[in-house]
Amino acid sequence: MDLFNLTANQLLTMISSGQISAADVLSSVRVRQQAVGQKTNAFIRTYDETGNGAAFPVPIGIKDNICVKGREVTCASKILKGFRPPYDAAVVEKIKASGGIVLGSLNMDEFAFGSSTESSSYGIVRNPWDLGCVPGGSSGGSAAAVAAGEAVWAIGSDTGGSIRQPASFCGVVGLKPTYGRVSRYGLIAFGSSLDQIGPITKDTTDCARLLGILAGFDHRDSTSVDLPVPDYTKSLDRHVRGLRVGIPKEYFIDGIQPSVLAAVQAAIDFYKKEGALICEISLPHTEYAVATYYIVATAEASSNLARFDGVEYGLRAVPSRPRKAGIVDMYEETRAKGFGNEAKRRIMLGTYVLSAGYYDAYYLRAQKARTLIKNDLDKAFLDCDVILSPTAPTTAFRIGEKTNDPLSMYLSDIFTIPANLAGIPAISLPCGFDEKNLPIGLQLMAAPFAEERLLAAAFAYEQAHGWHVQRAKL
Amino acid sequence: MITKETVNYIASLSRLHIDEAENAGFVRNLEDILQYVAKLNKLDVAGVLPTSHVLKMENVFRDDKVSPSLTQQEALSFAIESHAGHYKVPKVIE
Repeated sequence: MDLFNLTANQLLTMISSGQISAADVLSSVRVRQQAVGQKTNAFIRTYDETGNGAAFPVPIGIKDNICVKGREVTCASKILKGFRPPYDAAVVEKIKASGGIVLGSLNMDEFAFGSSTESSSYGIVRNPWDLGCVPGGSSGGSAAAVAAGEAVWAIGSDTGGSIRQPASFCGVVGLKPTYGRVSRYGLIAFGSSLDQIGPITKDTTDCARLLGILAGFDHRDSTSVDLPVPDYTKSLDRHVRGLRVGIPKEYFIDGIQPSVLAAVQAAIDFYKKEGALICEISLPHTEYAVATYYIVATAEASSNLARFDGVEYGLRAVPSRPRKAGIVDMYEETRAKGFGNEAKRRIMLGTYVLSAGYYDAYYLRAQKARTLIKNDLDKAFLDCDVILSPTAPTTAFRIGEKTNDPLSMYLSDIFTIPANLAGIPAISLPCGFDEKNLPIGLQLMAAPFAEERLLAAAFAYEQAHGWHVQRAKL
Repeated sequence: MITKETVNYIASLSRLHIDEAENAGFVRNLEDILQYVAKLNKLDVAGVLPTSHVLKMENVFRDDKVSPSLTQQEALSFAIESHAGHYKVPKVIE
């Protein structure tokens, strides 16, 4: 049996009954990583840690924007080449404390700017289901590694869909927790009012288990919320009778791939058959979400990325012939050489919308639009418990298909962005395959801190179908 | 409208050196994206308060207690260039 294909929950049962040892798991995953790693390019670097003697040290991959003490962490950018943080991120501390083994750093779009993992300076990541397709992004390495069996669990980050959209494209489960649920201490910031760290796993049971490890208050993150962490695995329940499932009419638009629409419609029918109450809801400001997001997120990114200036760490470059005063030349050359095209594009856009004369017209207006989008969702959750939609309008697209059209790339996040703008939790889980055998993702959103409800609704669907046990042939 | 001059000005605010070819690309990209986000102008936002942050919390303070942190040596250990306990940079004043 290929152990790398199993979930942590299955592996734990086998270890407990003495069928296999923890070392067997680790070796199976490492051998698999060596066998298929060149095809997927999911990992940027791997380590050979052996763990701290826990009964079941789960092999975990960490997205390359999360600090691991003493290991190179680069956000897949040249500007951070050689940076070795002197501390562990809060989630890495928690993973290590739980006995988990950090397998290595996972590839991503540079600074998490992208929806396809084509903007990494460590090469593109390929989708395990079809190596000619993107894995989604920005946590494309995380989703591809789990889908390919190169890691049992992976950690991603989600600013506008960067956990859920790649989970959808790679046929795995990804959850973006409520803003404030998981500490961002040690996460290299992109959009500080939007970023959350979350789990990527093969099924909802593992998702619940890993979320329980990651969640919790941390005084080192001022946006961390001091609420008790429930045992999320206890929330997994096959019964959805009486669950109010909201269907937002604005999410069922022209341009959704027909097979995606059909799979999501079948999921709605399932919930109805099981006794859930299906209600049509309206989120009238949905069409403004992408525009709002690309103003807010780039404004925050341009500010967060100001720290990469060639002074404290990473890359430093100076022009061969002086252009301006010494230090300004150094800043401008370092940033020109260190950042890739998409990072430059976002820094430029963010700087523009924050600049004198444009702040009110763009940034302030977007913050007001954000209020309207959040109000829509707050109001919807008075009438329903979860909101159901596709995770993305399409399945995985071809490599290169959208790289010359930034706007069309941005629009692939149309259904995932509202959860970040409103700070609510959302999950993506597999709900079928299209005509090319590419995975389709179902998204469920819930009110703040209602992760248990999300997991319960997702578990009920998952257990009745079995898409989650399908594995990519590599 | 985005011009070559606007792009140069924004690049300078962003501390990014860009060449002529890049400039033309940014004119096009920024123009496209700003045209798309202009749809927000259709929204009536009169009387709507801006959301900068979704949590109802403000002024998160900790106790004013000294706790262990990185030593100066640790903090400088990954400096690109340092001298006598400081980061070293190119000349600031001509």
